[in-house]
Amino acid sequence: MRNLFPYLRPYRFAIVFIVTFIFIQCLGNLYLPTLMSDIVDYGVLKGNLHYIVTTGLLMLAVSIASVCFSIAASFLSSRTASSFGKVLRREVFAHAQTFSLHEFDELGTSSLITRTTNDITQVQQLVNMMLRMMIMAPLNCIGGILMAVYTDAKLSLILVVMVPVLAAIIALVFTRATKLFRTMQAKIDTLNRVLRENLTGIRVIRSFNRVAYEQDRFDVANFDLTNTTTRVQKIMAVMSPALMLVINLSVIAVIWFGGMRVERGTMQIGSLIAFIQYITQLLFAIMMVSMMFFMIPRASASANRIWAVLQTKPDIVDPVAEDAQASRTEYGQVEFRDVTFRYPGAETPALSHISFVARPGQVTAIIGGTGAGKSTLVNLIPRFYDVNEGVVLVGGVDVRAQTQSALRAKIGYVPQKSVLFSGTIADNIRAGRQDASDEEVRRAAEVAQAIEFIEEMPDGFASYIEQGGRNVSGGQKQRLAIARALAKQAPIYIFDDSFSALDFRTDARLRAALRDEVQEATVIIVAQRVSTVRDAHQIVVLDEGRIAGVGTHDELIDSCQVYREIVASQMAEGESA
Amino acid sequence: MSEAERRDMRTMRPPMPMGRGGMRPGMPVQKPKDFQGTLRRLSRYFKPHLWRLAVVLLMTILSTLFSILSPDVMKNATDDLVAGIRHRLHGIPGSGFHLSGIIHVILELGVLYVLSALFSYIQQFVMAGVAQKTVYALRKEVNAKMARLPLSFFDSRPTGEIMSRFVNDFDNIGNTLQQTLTQLISSVVTFVGVIVMMFSISPWMSVVVFLTLPLSFYVTRTIAKRSQRYFVGQQRSLGQLNGHIEEMYTGHQIVKAFGLEDRAMSQFIEYNEKLFESGWKAQFISGMIFPLMNFIGNIGYVLVSVIGGFLVTRGAIGIGDIQAFIMYARQFSQPITQLSSISNIIQSTVASAERIFELLDEEEETPEPAEPVLLSAPTGDVQFKDVRFAYQPDKPLMEHLNIEVKAGQMVAIVGPTGAGKTTLVNLLMRFYDVDGGSIRIDGVDITRLQRGHLRSMFGMVLQDTWLFHGTIRENIAYGRAGATEAEVVAAATAARADHFIRTLPDGYDTVLNEEASNISQGQKQLLTIARAILADPSILILDEATSSVDTRTEILIQEAMSRLMEGRTSFVIAHRLSTIRNADLILVMNHGSVIEQGTHEDLLARRGFYAELYYSQFAGAPA
Repeated sequence: MRNLFPYLRPYRFAIVFIVTFIFIQCLGNLYLPTLMSDIVDYGVLKGNLHYIVTTGLLMLAVSIASVCFSIAASFLSSRTASSFGKVLRREVFAHAQTFSLHEFDELGTSSLITRTTNDITQVQQLVNMMLRMMIMAPLNCIGGILMAVYTDAKLSLILVVMVPVLAAIIALVFTRATKLFRTMQAKIDTLNRVLRENLTGIRVIRSFNRVAYEQDRFDVANFDLTNTTTRVQKIMAVMSPALMLVINLSVIAVIWFGGMRVERGTMQIGSLIAFIQYITQLLFAIMMVSMMFFMIPRASASANRIWAVLQTKPDIVDPVAEDAQASRTEYGQVEFRDVTFRYPGAETPALSHISFVARPGQVTAIIGGTGAGKSTLVNLIPRFYDVNEGVVLVGGVDVRAQTQSALRAKIGYVPQKSVLFSGTIADNIRAGRQDASDEEVRRAAEVAQAIEFIEEMPDGFASYIEQGGRNVSGGQKQRLAIARALAKQAPIYIFDDSFSALDFRTDARLRAALRDEVQEATVIIVAQRVSTVRDAHQIVVLDEGRIAGVGTHDELIDSCQVYREIVASQMAEGESA
Repeated sequence: MSEAERRDMRTMRPPMPMGRGGMRPGMPVQKPKDFQGTLRRLSRYFKPHLWRLAVVLLMTILSTLFSILSPDVMKNATDDLVAGIRHRLHGIPGSGFHLSGIIHVILELGVLYVLSALFSYIQQFVMAGVAQKTVYALRKEVNAKMARLPLSFFDSRPTGEIMSRFVNDFDNIGNTLQQTLTQLISSVVTFVGVIVMMFSISPWMSVVVFLTLPLSFYVTRTIAKRSQRYFVGQQRSLGQLNGHIEEMYTGHQIVKAFGLEDRAMSQFIEYNEKLFESGWKAQFISGMIFPLMNFIGNIGYVLVSVIGGFLVTRGAIGIGDIQAFIMYARQFSQPITQLSSISNIIQSTVASAERIFELLDEEEETPEPAEPVLLSAPTGDVQFKDVRFAYQPDKPLMEHLNIEVKAGQMVAIVGPTGAGKTTLVNLLMRFYDVDGGSIRIDGVDITRLQRGHLRSMFGMVLQDTWLFHGTIRENIAYGRAGATEAEVVAAATAARADHFIRTLPDGYDTVLNEEASNISQGQKQLLTIARAILADPSILILDEATSSVDTRTEILIQEAMSRLMEGRTSFVIAHRLSTIRNADLILVMNHGSVIEQGTHEDLLARRGFYAELYYSQFAGAPA
């Protein structure tokens, strides 16, 4: 939590005002019993009606002033807390934008989402609470002690006994409860996990006839959670009656000892009544502080998660401005020179000693089994990851020597998993190039074989794509993703297994249209199907992160054992020749 | 310490365990459709705990009453002291103080306080048991219900929605039972009790305090109305912002690839700014309730001090009465704010309960047959007879579908994505029931079999691999209850999974994490195949089972598969035509129904949809 405090620094003046206002308001609230005791001692006991009325008016004035300060403080604290949340959220989001894929893998996308949304809301709420209650409670404490000592120093010795007792009770419950809270949270997670598994795996569970087993599994988790929760609640049940009892007993003590002092004439009756009120307010403030203790652990867990995001340094950074090089020759040429790459923490490299050149005007296909490293390989070209050894050159220049934006501007990329954004179809295609004309957008859709279904939609290119592209099918999404890349009119195209959701006919038509459209460009296609790659100028066969062969279909059939196996697994002999 | 403050304490109880922010005036509340009916139904769950609830009720009332009585007792001490002072002032000799009287009062107070605390503790303690047991029973009932719901229920709702019912709605109910019910009781008792006490002390002063009542109502209502607008705006902006964050994060790769960072950022700033604007206003306006109510309380306090002062000088009441009145007046305005927030909480809880009951009322699978047929050794003849089926009544999918599969045959199902191949599986395993006609296994209509029995005849490998959090051994053994270690290893070996499992640091004891992201997609698939092999079914369903496994591994798997398929009827759903070329029967599906069926040669000769599909793969252009 402390780590995030610097984000409150811009509001330090507001916070100073908040503290001051709240303190004034506290004093006002504490001054009322004093005035009341004056009414009793000087007005009532002496029968002075005028005094009663003027003091009453003074009390009213104090109340009004106090509510004004309080509202002013509330205004400032609402703005401060919301503004703090706003800035923090923006910082986290902006920081996440600089992350490479590696940091996203590391932190987990869903966890990052939670951190940017819920966790920040949690912390914001805590700040809000702090600015209201956490400031108020200690100030009330201080004010209460001041007034109590001022009214009767000797009688306030009662506090010396009562405060430690209160603190002990709070500490005792707190230590026992927090541990249980943590256990309980873990058990909630378990129950939720079992439930989620039950929901996502419902077909499997039913097909293996394991419904009863799953019921038991759920029941165990449910029972376990119930027990822990009950224990937590039972411990918490001690808290408020016990504290209340201590406070009330101290009031009794005040009456007893105060009564004796009144008897001796060293204290006035009105002061005694006021004193009781001070002490109640003071002890109540202490209890409020104790409640804060329970809120902090949760918010601080959130704060730590947010801090971890802000502390994560992106692996991939742009070269310093002077060193950045524009690509010189061979504009769209992509070259791998003895590239080795391993995912952080992995024992074996995902790619070893990869060397090949993909030339403009040619189609380079990459084929290989799952886990052969095909996607990893193409992810190195837009510099989603950095190589460990060797160099990836785009346009004749090391990708690390170019700025990321300049590098990626050259690449039309179609990912394995098509991602669309909410917005119209035209918006989505234009994400490739913002100034693409309507004509160009249309052209891209035509080549991508998307025009047919777009025109079948009621609003054509203005049809709205819902978040995550829920309202279009997998194949349609894929074609839109291809259109988006084509709209970019880039010198390099990367298709990462981008035809998998298309049926064979569309696949074939699309590849034919592509061939005409991107004649000048360097085209790199990752594929599983032999039929997709057989016409490529050059096929790179990957096997467990190494190149098993490079050549045309016919060359590889002759020379490459791995390729022959792939072909054999997909075609009958007669057709492969 | 007043009862009102005490109630405050309880509202302020830590938001943990399950957390629900304090209800602020104007916060949007979800309203139940049928409040009374749902409440009545919810109360049925208290039946087993009736005597406990009676204890809670009694304890709450007693504890509240005792704490209401205490200021009235305390005032006697003050009056005693005042009397002493008066006497001294007037110089009455010998009378002095009656400390013995004070001692009496103090003892009485002590007893009241101790009992009140004790009762309050008992109430909370007992309620903890009741609340948690009730939630437990409800959760269990819902889970049991879900096991009886048809697949269509799950297919038509996102997992997240069902999860949120479980998590949030049960939380809500648990918290309300634990805290709000007793709060409600004690608020009402306090309200009534305080009025009675005040009237018994001084009707005039009571009337004065009552004058602040409409003011409290007015303030609460106005603030609720004003802040509601901003709360709604806050909710909307938060939704937009979170949606945007989710989209940009999940599409991070695309954002990077297309250099969309600036666009993402400017959109973010716009939403964030909107959120800030309505957020702080909602906070501020709803937060004004506390100082304003405090102010109203203070007005009452001033009035009591002044008017009480007058009355004392006229001898109508004692100073102790003022003291008691101050305490009562302070707690008087609070039940109003309290009750309005309690009523919101109860509304939202009943709405939660209503959603849960809706789930409990969902239509269940058709009941099991009264006299189920038992196929002790199914051979695996499968027959579709004049089957008619539709997911939605207005969109018929299958009409008059007839399929005849002999025991041991291999059936290949082909067609473009979304052609409805999984529909066949849904019908075969009775995840969905046919609308007309029948499906027969060994000549027996599957509706005459128990579902569990029917499904145990099938072995299934789905496209989305489902594994649960547990060891690899447990996941494979899931295929058959009570499988031995040797059987598990044999199944893994047959599925060619044994090798990779042994290369993992913990081997068969490797714990798969929640998304099973610690092994690759292909490896996951191998595990599900091993699981199906272990189940040793008579009919196999392979749903694109090998599409994520690399091609060479696939060859190995196919060997294992074909061995497995020997003597078993199998349905293979695949994109790869080569894998189904030697099928005994090919079902070609498009737009949800079977449009052609026959052997590979038959279908090629027919020059229909299948032939076109087939040639387009290998010729690279439409035939």
